[in-house]
Amino acid sequence: MPRIALEPRFQVEYLSILDSDGNLDTALEPKLADMDLRSLYRAMLLGRRLDERMVRLQRQGRIGTFAPTKGQEAAQMGSVFSLRPTDWMVPSFRETAAMIWRGWPIEKLLLFFAGHLEGGQPAPEQRDLPITIPVATQLPHAVGLAYAAQYRGDDVVVMAYFGDGATSEGDFHEALNFAGVWHVPVVFVCQNNQWAISVPLKKQTHSRTIAQKALAYGLPGIQVDGNDVFAVYAAAREAVERARAGDGPTLIECVTYRLGVHTTADDPTKYRSEAEVAMWEQKDPLTRFRAYLEKRNLLEEGLEQRVDDEIAEAIRRFEAMPPANPLTMFDHVYAELPPDLRAQRDEMAARENTAAARPDETSTHQPGATPMRGQRLTRR
Amino acid sequence: MVKALNQALFQEMERDADVLVLGEDVGVDGGVFRVTDDLQRTFGSQRVIDSPLAEAAIIGTAVGMALYGLKPVCEIQFSGFAFQCFHQIENHCARYRMRSQGRFNIPMVIRMPYGGGVRALEHHSESEEQFYAHIPGLKMVIPSGPRNARALLAAAIRDPDPVIFFEAKSLYHAAKEEVPDESEVIPIGRAQVAREGDALTLVAYGAMLRVALEAADVLRAEDGAAVEVIDLLTVSPLDRETLVTSVRKTGRAVVVHEAPRSFGPGAEIAASIMDGAFLSLEAPIRRVTAHDVPFVGFAREKANVPDVPRVVAAARETLAF
Repeated sequence: MPRIALEPRFQVEYLSILDSDGNLDTALEPKLADMDLRSLYRAMLLGRRLDERMVRLQRQGRIGTFAPTKGQEAAQMGSVFSLRPTDWMVPSFRETAAMIWRGWPIEKLLLFFAGHLEGGQPAPEQRDLPITIPVATQLPHAVGLAYAAQYRGDDVVVMAYFGDGATSEGDFHEALNFAGVWHVPVVFVCQNNQWAISVPLKKQTHSRTIAQKALAYGLPGIQVDGNDVFAVYAAAREAVERARAGDGPTLIECVTYRLGVHTTADDPTKYRSEAEVAMWEQKDPLTRFRAYLEKRNLLEEGLEQRVDDEIAEAIRRFEAMPPANPLTMFDHVYAELPPDLRAQRDEMAARENTAAARPDETSTHQPGATPMRGQRLTRR
Repeated sequence: MVKALNQALFQEMERDADVLVLGEDVGVDGGVFRVTDDLQRTFGSQRVIDSPLAEAAIIGTAVGMALYGLKPVCEIQFSGFAFQCFHQIENHCARYRMRSQGRFNIPMVIRMPYGGGVRALEHHSESEEQFYAHIPGLKMVIPSGPRNARALLAAAIRDPDPVIFFEAKSLYHAAKEEVPDESEVIPIGRAQVAREGDALTLVAYGAMLRVALEAADVLRAEDGAAVEVIDLLTVSPLDRETLVTSVRKTGRAVVVHEAPRSFGPGAEIAASIMDGAFLSLEAPIRRVTAHDVPFVGFAREKANVPDVPRVVAAARETLAF
């Protein structure tokens, strides 16, 4: 029997609309209103300024470790901008800019990184999942949300975020596979920022692109210039429209770069060259978008100052919040506290009360009286 | 017990359109043990989903469905395969209420056949309830017979929090009992006194309940000892009150489980009895369990899993202490 070529032949597209030299493909330029262009730029700028401010807050010990977004603003904003508030957004842990766009107050994100779980609580009607840290584990949730929406007949699209490292995880592959088989309205947005902490993309995968991984699961995949907000938006809008029309999931690979550290606990000079970073700084997503807006006379006067003021105001609100009440750690374990957990809570409450009543004592724990042998109730 | 579980699923799915079933082979095939038999024919393939073969995504997508407000009942084909979804259970299922500070809850059930006694291969015979019982945010339920299985599964499906529901494979077809037509619910978190007595407390659950009851028969017949048998039904949250009340009366306790001994439920049960009934204890609390070895193969299973003679021997030593 002969070997025959199986149909179909696959191909992966790469999309770029506004390149780092400012060249614009006017045929592909998305038709965005001036107001939309301004809000996109404002959200990207807010993401950048907040990021820089948060690094300083971390260095000053005012928040804990966090993962900066610097360099990935176009990948985040171009994609999330195509969602409606009634759609769902599923972040990983580096989507600060996109999360603020979705309605997370800045102070809530600060709370999260300051060790308060309150920072993971979406507003009552907000259709967003909280930050998820175990890599790629949020992707099956996105598929489940999309399945549930379809099951209920709701007009909902789910957009899920992850990085290049996540594409090595089983959950990524299982999520794409389930999404393909179930044909659900979900858009997978990979921010390929080239580095998973210290491991570069070439050690992460032997695939030429991440986008092509979609093809194995029977869904379309596209690679875009992730620092080009127009390319990201065009690809995301197409994917969201496809999902909304009932035509299934899409994988978008945004080729971008993490200009900063992986997290504030990391020193990237150990594993990557300054020349590489400098090369990517030339491709900064904000620089080219700003130049474009300048040309179109759409830049707002004093925007930086207004954004900085908004951040400063949020930091003031964040730092004015009352300290964490330890007793509330029992509030969200179960709908109803089981008796033993109630006892643990009462024990803590008693400890806290004793501590409040006797502030000079460092140790407030008094062990219960040890029963004496003579007290034994046994029959021996 | 298979029929009782199947009936619980039917009744709960009829009761609530948000309940759906997913897992490997749960649809057309009705599950490898037939617990989901005929569900797909009745409720359709959108509600009874033959999923691709991937445990992590079964649980992960079910978490997503639960976040949306549905009530998925997942089947993991054998509890030995659940380590492939353990991260989804621990990282998300158990914690979403906490992680979202009450904005979301996960009203889902994860059913798994567990335990030995059916001459099955590796990963088809183990007892891993201790892993789930240790995770805050989860409930760990193990019925011991058809009637309580049906009532507990109904309770698990209606529970607003995630429930790990272990079904003893050896009881699927062996355990037979009259079950009334109308739906019943047993509250999760309460143990039952399966037999009253005052000489010694035997604590067991799942397939081990029958072993404990038979051991109690032997002890009554041969030793004249009235043994109290407690059926835990819920491993976590543990019903310490029922345990402590019983041991305050009997002064002696033996715990029986199929899981390996060290750091198993028996340790927590013994510690709870110590906490609550120390001054009543007449003898050290004994544990009759599987040994601390990995799966031994069914050719040696009888020597590993607790049986009536081992329970009787431990009880006699405890009574004679």
